[in-house]
Amino acid sequence: MKDDIINKLETYIKEEILQQPNRNIEPDEPLISSGLIDSFSLVDVALFVEDNFGVQIDDTELNADVFDSLNDLSSLILDRQES
Amino acid sequence: MGTFHHILQSHFDNHPDQVAIVLQHAGEEDKAITYRHLLQQAVGAQEKLESEGIKPGEVVLLILQHGEDLIYTYFGTILHGAIPSIMPYLTEKLQPERYREDLASLIEVSQPAAIFTYAEFKPEVESALSEGSSVRAVMLAEEIPGDKAPVFDLDRRKTEDIVLLQHSSGTTGLQKGVALSHHAVLSQIESYSSVLHVDEDDVIVSWLPLYHDMGLIAGFLMPILYGMPLVLMSPFDWVRAPYRLMHAISQYHGTLVWLPNFAYNFCAQKIRPRHMEGVDLSSWRAVINCSEPMRHESQQLFVETFKPWGFRASAIATSYAMAENTFAVTQGGIDDPVVIDPVDRESLQVDRVAKPAFDDRPQIVMVSAGKPIPGTEVKVIDPDGNTMDDRLIGEIALRSDYMLTEYYHRPDTTKKAFLEGWYLTGDFGYMLNGEVYITGRKKDLIIVGGKNIYPQDLERIAMTVPGVHPGRAVAFGIFSQRLGTEQVVIVAEVDTDDPDEKQRIADDIRQKVTQGSAVALRYVHLVQDSWIIKTSSGKTARLANREKFIKETNFKKD
Repeated sequence: MKDDIINKLETYIKEEILQQPNRNIEPDEPLISSGLIDSFSLVDVALFVEDNFGVQIDDTELNADVFDSLNDLSSLILDRQES
Repeated sequence: MGTFHHILQSHFDNHPDQVAIVLQHAGEEDKAITYRHLLQQAVGAQEKLESEGIKPGEVVLLILQHGEDLIYTYFGTILHGAIPSIMPYLTEKLQPERYREDLASLIEVSQPAAIFTYAEFKPEVESALSEGSSVRAVMLAEEIPGDKAPVFDLDRRKTEDIVLLQHSSGTTGLQKGVALSHHAVLSQIESYSSVLHVDEDDVIVSWLPLYHDMGLIAGFLMPILYGMPLVLMSPFDWVRAPYRLMHAISQYHGTLVWLPNFAYNFCAQKIRPRHMEGVDLSSWRAVINCSEPMRHESQQLFVETFKPWGFRASAIATSYAMAENTFAVTQGGIDDPVVIDPVDRESLQVDRVAKPAFDDRPQIVMVSAGKPIPGTEVKVIDPDGNTMDDRLIGEIALRSDYMLTEYYHRPDTTKKAFLEGWYLTGDFGYMLNGEVYITGRKKDLIIVGGKNIYPQDLERIAMTVPGVHPGRAVAFGIFSQRLGTEQVVIVAEVDTDDPDEKQRIADDIRQKVTQGSAVALRYVHLVQDSWIIKTSSGKTARLANREKFIKETNFKKD
């Protein structure tokens, strides 16, 4: 389940946000603190999560303290789907 | 006309309880700041400067987050008669070493006597200070006393004194501080507010950063000095939730908003109908497109997207502005709709004439920036300085009552910027029926999201990546229709043919440029030795390299 979410997120981020389909993103690779996802794209991540996983991420949560990797983000999605 | 001090005193004496700023922070309640509160808090910063022996006329650098501390220290520095200059705060993605270099270069040119920052950032600031630095005090926002009665000291302030410094970002931009006098700023505000027909119903809403002229003048000083309510939100909050701008307009009946072109696309693409429930934009009388090339398509998209919530097409407005003229040079779309001029593409690009478009040939839709505001004269000149006829493209030159005093501590640069009393903007454009159209730039400058980026700064960073030949990287911008702004491309020469090694170098360039400049680098193109075109004098020919890149990669502009 979690792997599916990670795969979906990875594909979206590398194809749509980074526009580098050949780039691999490791599950623990920092995304926000490293500057890989710039602040202009954070809202896209939130909208993608909402559209695909039925989970809302508030804009105040779009920072590295809340999630910084595919692992963090997929855990957050799973937590919210269960609750 | 007087000085900032005369105006601030009059606000303090006549209507101290009027709200000057509604400050918004995501996740917190809005905070209404009255003139009394603003000025009493500012006095704390003023006293701090006094106690550290900082003298009027000296520069004070503010390195603080968007918020109350920045607002109070800004006005406190002005009350003291010292000159505030804002340095963008270090964000998590910027590399501390690069930031330190930029800070050191800013300090070297502007020679500040003091710096305001936070306790947690003090070590970072101190590490940028060299031996014998001009900085005599690094003061902490946490230690500023508040709530004292202000003293305006009107006799000591002169209208021709420099009141503030304004920079663009990046290593290159920071070295050119635009110094503005009380007279310049106040004349601009008087002229600009009359062109906008500002009245007591007006409310400005802004998310723009204060280290940028559009944010500082239109979205901060003009409303506060004029006495117009300002709703101020953080750029960090807006970029994560652009609908917050619409909510603020609806809640506070906002009437005037300035936006860079990319924000029209950004809002239209990233705000969903569910974010707009209950929102009413009918109070909004002008959204002023400013600070990067203006696109008709972006404005149309915005109108179509927000019409269902009461946004009026007549609110579309434009302006051509620059820090050297304090802010606005022209304004369009207030009394009459913004003029659109479809021109023939080939004539524009090859013959440098903006001919009306022919039906069967490719065209470019030019958006008028409007007419010069009172007190500013604009002319288009050829390389010899002769005024050109309507529709002929040349360099935009201007003369006004609110020009910069100088590039701070840069007499040579200041002198070079003027020709017989006219300021040479470095922008290309044409005039038609008294209106100004901007077509491009003389200097190699990339504008991303309204922010000026100097390609040489990005190239310097790219060349620090192991595997990239020294002096063999070139940066340029390519306009993206989808984003409504430019995307940054870097081409770099490398020795290796190994795909893994090339991937590593490309990743490294991306990361270093992003962390060193806060610009997201979209495309990195690695090439073999001798790909990059240089001029006969050995300089990188950015435009030629851009054309070569587009052709070779069959680059599709999106």
